[in-house]
Amino acid sequence: MSRTSRGGAVTAVAVATTAALAGCVSTAAPAGDAAGGGPIAVRAADDACAVSVAEAPAGTITFAIDNTGSKVTEFYLYGTGDRIMGEVENIGPGLTRRMLVEVPDGGSYTTSCRPGMVGDGIRAPFEVTGSAVRSVDTDTRLAEATAGYRRYVGSQIEALVPRTQEFADAVKAGDVEGPKALFPVARTYWERIEPVAESFGDIDPKIDGRFDDEREPGVGFTGFHRLEKDLWADGLQPDSAAVADQLMVDLGELVAAVGAVELTPVQLANGAKELLDEVATGKITGEEDRYSHTDLWDFKANVEGSQGAVAALRPVIDEKDPTLGPLLDPRFSAVDTLLETYRVGDGFRLYTELTPDDIRKMTEAVDALGEPVSQVAGVVTS
Amino acid sequence: MTGVFSRRKLLGWTGAGAAVAGVGAATGCAAAGAAPAPGERVVPFRGAHQAGIVTAAQDRMHFVTLDVTTGDREQVRALLERWTPAAERMTAGAETTPGGAVDLNPQAPPTDTGEALGLPPSALTLTFGVGATLFDKLGLSAQRPAGLADLPRFTGDQLDAALSGGDLCIQACADDPQVAVQAVRNLVRMGFGTTAVRWSQLGFGRTSSTSTAQATPRNLFGFKDGTNNLKAEDPASLDQHVWVQPGDGPAWLDGGSYLVARRIRMHVEIWDRTSLFEQETIIGRTNGEGAAFGRTAEFETADFSAVGPDGAPAIAMEAHVRLASAESLGGVRILRRGYNFVDGSDGQGHLNAGLFFVAFMRDPHGQFVPMQRALANDDDLMEYIEHTGSAVFACPAGLGEGSYWGQSLFES
Repeated sequence: MSRTSRGGAVTAVAVATTAALAGCVSTAAPAGDAAGGGPIAVRAADDACAVSVAEAPAGTITFAIDNTGSKVTEFYLYGTGDRIMGEVENIGPGLTRRMLVEVPDGGSYTTSCRPGMVGDGIRAPFEVTGSAVRSVDTDTRLAEATAGYRRYVGSQIEALVPRTQEFADAVKAGDVEGPKALFPVARTYWERIEPVAESFGDIDPKIDGRFDDEREPGVGFTGFHRLEKDLWADGLQPDSAAVADQLMVDLGELVAAVGAVELTPVQLANGAKELLDEVATGKITGEEDRYSHTDLWDFKANVEGSQGAVAALRPVIDEKDPTLGPLLDPRFSAVDTLLETYRVGDGFRLYTELTPDDIRKMTEAVDALGEPVSQVAGVVTS
Repeated sequence: MTGVFSRRKLLGWTGAGAAVAGVGAATGCAAAGAAPAPGERVVPFRGAHQAGIVTAAQDRMHFVTLDVTTGDREQVRALLERWTPAAERMTAGAETTPGGAVDLNPQAPPTDTGEALGLPPSALTLTFGVGATLFDKLGLSAQRPAGLADLPRFTGDQLDAALSGGDLCIQACADDPQVAVQAVRNLVRMGFGTTAVRWSQLGFGRTSSTSTAQATPRNLFGFKDGTNNLKAEDPASLDQHVWVQPGDGPAWLDGGSYLVARRIRMHVEIWDRTSLFEQETIIGRTNGEGAAFGRTAEFETADFSAVGPDGAPAIAMEAHVRLASAESLGGVRILRRGYNFVDGSDGQGHLNAGLFFVAFMRDPHGQFVPMQRALANDDDLMEYIEHTGSAVFACPAGLGEGSYWGQSLFES
């Protein structure tokens, strides 16, 4: 969260656009069935992602994902700038799940399996040909953007709740090393959707407040960072288990609130920018995770969240200012590439292991990205 | 609202096309008509040479160096092309883009950072240069002029790499510090993704005169500095000592000049415990008038052969003015354009104060190097100062209509 919670940044208000997806009627035969073979089969192994065909006509495309591996997996279809066209998560070993995805425009897309539900996944190009007939006015595109981002937020919450529950359970079991390992993982899902969570100004401080935040008399220090302080600095306290339970209660309240909120395209755009502001002021400084020093996990998640919001808006951006997208893509990539150089296993180097030169490089990369991302709100409202 | 802001009221531009015409009109006016109020002075952005070199030294400076963060020459070239009209507008007292601070889409960040709204042009000049490290990064090595070769290490140098070098520099000088800072800040912002700030230096008071119309200012040791500086009114000397001439090196730099910057920390607390007699002896001039020893007025030519009643030279052999003089250096002269700085304090109870030495010349290795070598080895002033930063830049000639910073290099 930001040091001073900006209550209401995203909270507000209904929008002119509705969240309903515009109906798509393809000029082509139903994709997936077009080749005469039903859904496009995907064999998702632990080390492979075999998509039976690499091309389909525009319209509704159906994939059938068969998890032949030993890990829980996910399957994505990405558009330009990693815009999520469709996704299925939590496909257990041995299970087959279907994914129906609306792809109205022809072009280059990317398929990805994510065995273990981590990393960028095993990717392959996927071509969509022709285009489906539909209304393509700006309002429709904006509605699709907010609906797309809502799907993104939903997918993060689906993971946030169980991952945080695992963390809370481990704390309650009196363990220290276990919850330490789970802490940055749970926070990843939180940090990706932080601007949405932060918009609920009364809940956010309970979940993500800091030790030295000023509070109303009688209100205690709770949430992720309280447990972080216990685990890394003070040792588990008599009330650590109660704090873990409270975290889940607060998270439940947040999930309910997020479910009811309506988002505007401007809020998406500002959220994308705020996530990078978070990186600049909270993560690159080592402020946020001052006990665990797992700031780079949060950094990565903030950037992914920013990219998720920008990706949802991408068709509108491309329509309004075709020069902005090509500026955004390489700069998101540059941040990703830089962060990967700090990767250790499934995680990252600790903040305390970074040199001033490392921090300078990160600042430069985030500055380079922050400027074009700050233009998105203006472009989508132009 | 519009009337509140002299920034916009002044010229009332409506577009980039009008902007160029506006500059010409405004500066033509300033030159031909009565002298404008001090803050309203506009220095022409375009001309045979870049502004900010022989321009009568303004009172304040913000100097910034940047490193390019890409090896893509076209990306850097495109930035220079975007920088130039914004720089030109700011020197004329306008926002970086028309209406940039407050009149554009409220959902977008303003294109101008706004802190100069309401402030007059303040004689802002923006001077652009390129450093030696730029050339290899952008595949321009064949165009690197010999003058950008590394300076030698001088006796007593305590150079901090974080305060030295840089691929590009922008010198912003103005009579209002906020105008200079606003210009640097906006150009830095436009550069994110292509450039990153390497270091920057604020100067709060000029230490040089570059025109006979200006009084000689004082540095933080309390002495007049640069009495014998090259002046705008002496074009023959400028051609000889300041402007790079055809045949000196690669043609893209013809009509330009080299900028040498040295951040000189001055231990003012120690100096202040030194007797007036010793201070004057070290400098070789009187403190009050600034006259060379044996003379009575500041601008009377120093007589380095004069001897005092005791038979010793009237101006000590190690005196600063003697070591730095053209007479001692085989005729070498430079155009000084430095500024006093106090960068807060040093955490040990002393002011982090000094002189940000900036000088322009035709050949750093033929001019600055022998001068600094003589000073570093023999000047008693060295006991009170240390050089903590150093950089050399090649500043191309001035811009014609429609051309952009560095065009002669990038299209050479």
